[in-house]
Formats: sequence, structure tokens, C-alpha cells
Amino acid sequence: MSSTKFILGLFDDPDDMMHGIEKLQKNSIPIYDVYTPMPIHGIEDKLGVKESRLGYAAFCFGCLGATVIFSILYYTLVHDWPMNVGGKPHFAMPNFVPFTFEWTILFTAFGMTLTFFAATHLFPGRAPRVMDLRATDDRFVIAVDAKGNVPHEDITNLLKEAGAVEVKHNNRKYVSYE
Amino acid sequence: MASHSESIIREPLITGKDITYAKITNDVLYPVENKPNKAWWIGFTVASMGALLWVVAISLTFWYGLGEWGLNKTVGWAWDITGFVWWVGIGHAGTLISAVLLLFRQNWRNSINRSAEAMTIFAVICAATYIVAHMGRPWLAYFTLPLPNQYGSLWVNWNSALMMDVFAISTYFSVSLVFWYTGLLPDIASIRDRATGLRRRIYSVMSFGWTGSVKTWQRFETVSLILAGISTPLVLSVHTIVSFDFATSLEPGWHTTIFPPYFVAGAIFSGFAMVQTLLLVTRKVLGLENYITMFHIESMNKIIMLTGSIVGVAYITEFFIAWYSGVEYEQYAFINRATGPYWWAYWSMMSCNVISPQVFWSSKLRRNIKFSWFLSIIVNIGMWFERFVIIVTSLHRDYIPSSWVMFYPTWVDVAVFIGSIGLFFTMFLLFIRVLPSVAMAEVKLLLKSSSEQAKKKLIDDGHLEPAEVQYYKESLVKFDSVDMSDYEKV
Repeated sequence: MSSTKFILGLFDDPDDMMHGIEKLQKNSIPIYDVYTPMPIHGIEDKLGVKESRLGYAAFCFGCLGATVIFSILYYTLVHDWPMNVGGKPHFAMPNFVPFTFEWTILFTAFGMTLTFFAATHLFPGRAPRVMDLRATDDRFVIAVDAKGNVPHEDITNLLKEAGAVEVKHNNRKYVSYE
Repeated sequence: MASHSESIIREPLITGKDITYAKITNDVLYPVENKPNKAWWIGFTVASMGALLWVVAISLTFWYGLGEWGLNKTVGWAWDITGFVWWVGIGHAGTLISAVLLLFRQNWRNSINRSAEAMTIFAVICAATYIVAHMGRPWLAYFTLPLPNQYGSLWVNWNSALMMDVFAISTYFSVSLVFWYTGLLPDIASIRDRATGLRRRIYSVMSFGWTGSVKTWQRFETVSLILAGISTPLVLSVHTIVSFDFATSLEPGWHTTIFPPYFVAGAIFSGFAMVQTLLLVTRKVLGLENYITMFHIESMNKIIMLTGSIVGVAYITEFFIAWYSGVEYEQYAFINRATGPYWWAYWSMMSCNVISPQVFWSSKLRRNIKFSWFLSIIVNIGMWFERFVIIVTSLHRDYIPSSWVMFYPTWVDVAVFIGSIGLFFTMFLLFIRVLPSVAMAEVKLLLKSSSEQAKKKLIDDGHLEPAEVQYYKESLVKFDSVDMSDYEKV
């Protein structure tokens, strides 16, 4: 029994990596994850990654922001301490627009970004769980969980056939785990 | 990945013939991973001396109060609000490049957005210091927040445009910061994975544990797009609200409905000029000519020309409306601007902002780096004069002739302004030393579609019409970073 935990196919070209994914999928080898130094468009469809729902989160946070500031405005200016400014009505809606607008955006931006960090498990100081250090530089990495039934040699060959410049058999899950 | 090819007649966004993903990382991270060169040290020394001057001038202002400035009972706002509006305006180009151009799918933004966003952050910091200083008692700045307090019901006045300013600027700053930092994460991870020792640990904390997995990238792109979508109206609203500070008043020369669009155009105008000022030097000093190319410079010059023209139309419209409305106070304010004691400021504004950008109709000048840099500074000066003219010339002669005065700045006024420029450049110079000044991940995205070498490969493969190839070759002549000898045999 080998101690290999992950088999990594390292590509220097995103097109070759896409061929690699196709080849593995044709041979019914499940892909654990793919790591790239830049976003690769079209890869989500290929890997069957569901569309992000962050847009819904953004909308909800925007509504929350608008409600919060509008309530503050209403409470302070209409209910708690109405001010007579040049005989204008207390419930002066046009004056409320800029504040409501700004806080809608403020809450959307912060709420959505924090949701993104939470969902993706990103936070300051989190130990970087990188499988290969060059995945953030110039290597496009396909990671395959080695616990499959397929002989590791076959996976290696498939990746090499697709144009992998290097195939690694990692004994540890993460190389930069500190 | 079939979407890799881009029309050959589009000019390349990355020049150079042997660019690889690794070379992009190396080139961009060179200033971050190596000791700074002489040019950086000279710049940093000068800038930090300016920042020191700022510390002195601001300390004096806080210690003795606003009496240190040349304000008087008639001109109660002068260099401070001029500096504030100027800096906020400069900040706007960063958001425009990162958000508006992203929404419009303008790929050329990719190599300049990072520096422009950093510029936004630093410019807004400079702007905010003016506001806080002008409060007189800055330790009471929290009074601008709607907090319940010991005096009972004492809420901020929501009807005031100055309150709208507080909310607009603070939202703008924090959203820009989030946008900028989120965009930085993948690039910080690149630095982290190349670093060792303490640097690695620091960048590790800063990178939030970024790995670059598929799902992370997908969510990252969603976040970027939504942030761009909400920042676009935000950036327009911020300068609109800044213009409300004036437009909602009853001062001749201020309360005009043209102010919001006019201020926004002016902000884009001055912002792009400052991006130009910074990037033309940065690309040379950091050796980024392959990434920040003539195409970028020319595109920005075109925007400067367009927004300069919009600003020019606004100046003329103001004059027209003063005459057409029949309001004699308004008419006097404008005639006084052009022919009164501050005529020199008005005509400096006119020649710097309206006349000088028109020379960019000439493609030769638009592609001349030294001239572009010179003109970007002229525009910055012109835009400072614009704010000065609006503020001081309107205030120094208002409805009551007995209170007419001239405004004379004190040395503290001048020192706060010069110092804020020093502060800005100090922050920018530190930024290019510790963080990548070009968004690497986004530039890598362009390598296979819009780079010179990708297009050269298309030509060499010979699938293209000779006329198209000829057109493309001719478009390359202007690039200072393209080796034309590569195309001799084609």
C-alpha cells in the first residue's frame, strides 16, 4: 500500500489542463480539486461546479442596509426629534435618498465579502493549504485523491498524455501547512 | 477554452515576445522581492519629507486651531475644501478603472487597476484628513455619527449635505478598501508561496489562506463583479454628493443643478491625470513597459481629452445659465471670476483644463510619454484651480459689499497642501514595495488572448488575411516596447 495521498498533475498551459480534466473524466477518475494562478473560464461547467449564490446574499444584505438606515432616519428625524428646517415636512423623503443609497451599498459590499470569506474559509492568518507552491505562480494543478481503485500508474499516464509537465505523488495533503 | 483568440486588429495588451506566466510573476514581484533602487530611495526621501511637513502643519492646526489657516469671516472655506474636493476627485479614477471598466469588459484595465485602486485609497485618506482638520475640534469627529448621547435626543441633522458627505465618503473609502484588498488576495498568495522565513509568515497572514481552487476563483469573480456593479453608482454618487455641499447652498456661483455631473466629470478628469502621473513613472522605474503599454497610456489620454471637454462645456454652460437666468448676483459672480481680482486663477483653470487637453486630438502627442506626463501634471494643477475658483471667488464677494475681502493663505495652509501630496506619494511608494503594483492574476488571464506573442503566433500560423496582418503591424509602430524587427519577415 503506497503512502501517496494525492496525485497532482502540473500543467504549464490552461488548455492542456482542460484536456487533462477531460481525459480523467472519460476514464471515470474523480477529480478532487483544481488549483490555478488565475480564474479559468468555463472550468465550472466542466467540473460541474454549481453557480455561486453570493448574488442572493448580496441582495439580502443590500435590503438589510436600506432598512436599517431608513429606520434610523425615520426614528431620529420624524419620531424622536423632528426638526423644522425652513418649514419642510419632517418626513422629507428626498433627503433620505443619499443615506439609504449609501448604506445599501455599504451593507452589500461588506456582507457579501464576509460571506465570501466565510464560505471559502478565508480569514486572516489561516494556514495556507496549498498542494503545490507553484499553483499560485505558473502551474495549473489537477489534484486527484489517491484513495481510488485505479492504479496510480494509470492516472499518471493519463495526466502525462494530456500534457502534464510534471506528475507528483504527494504523501502529505498540503505542502505549505504550517 | 476555445474563447482564447481575439481579433488580430486589436492592439496587444501585453507586449514582448517571450512572456510566460512565470515571467509575469517575476516581473511584477521584482520590486517587492528585491531591495529598492536609487530612484525609489530618492522619491521616498522627498515624499517622506513632504509627509513630515504635513505632520508639522496638521499638528499646528490641531494645537492652535483653525486660526493657523488664512480663513476669515467671509472666506470660511478655502484651501482645505479645495484640497478635499481635489483629493476625492483624484480618488475616483481608481474606482472607475476597477469597476466601470470591468462592467464594460474593458480588458485594458487589468494591468492598471491595482495601482489605480491603491491611488484611490491614499487619495481618499488625504481628503479625509482635510475634513477632520477643518472640524476644528477633530476629537469630536464622532459627533457626525448618529449615536445616542448623554445630552438626550441630539441627533445629527440628516437634512444637511455635509452629513451626506460623511456617509458617502466613509462608504466610498471602506468599499474601495474591500474591493482592493479582496482583489489583492491571489497576488499576496503568490508572494507568500515564493517567500521564506518571516516574510512568508507575514504574507501568509495577509493572504487569508488563499489556495486558488476552482470554487474560490468562481466565488471571487462573482464578488468582484457585484462589487464593480455596486461601486459604479457609488462612485457617481460620491462626487455628486460632494457637489451638493455647494449646490444646496444659496451662494451665487454654487447653487447650480449642473454641479453633480460637472463634478463627476471633473473627478474622472483629474483622477485619470493622476493615474497617468503615477503610472508613467512607475512603469519606467519598475520596468513594467510590457504590461503598462502605449495602448493603456493612449486610452487614458483619450479619457482625459473627453472628460476635459465635458468640463469645458460645463464651464461655458455656467456662464450661459448665469446670463439666461437673469439673476444679477449669478451674473456678477461669473463676471467677477473671469475679470475680478482672481482672474489669474480663473484663466489658469481655463487654460489647464479646457485648452490643454485638446492637444490630445493629435495622435502623436497622445502617444508621447514625456508630453503625456507633463500634461497630466498640468491637468492636476488646473483641477486644483477649478476648485479654488469655485470656492474662493464665490465666497470672497457675496451679497454684502461691506464684507468683501481677499483670501491669503498662510504658510500652514500651503504646508498642509504640499504635505498632503508628500503623504500621498509616501504611501504610494511604500505600496509598490510591499504589494504587487499590477494585478498579476488578471494580467495572466490576458496572456493567451491579448498578448503580442499570442497574436504573433496567429500571424505565424498563417490563417489570417494579409490586409489584417498589415493593419495590425502598422498599429504596433507606436509601441515603445515592441521590437519591430520581429515583424520584418512577416
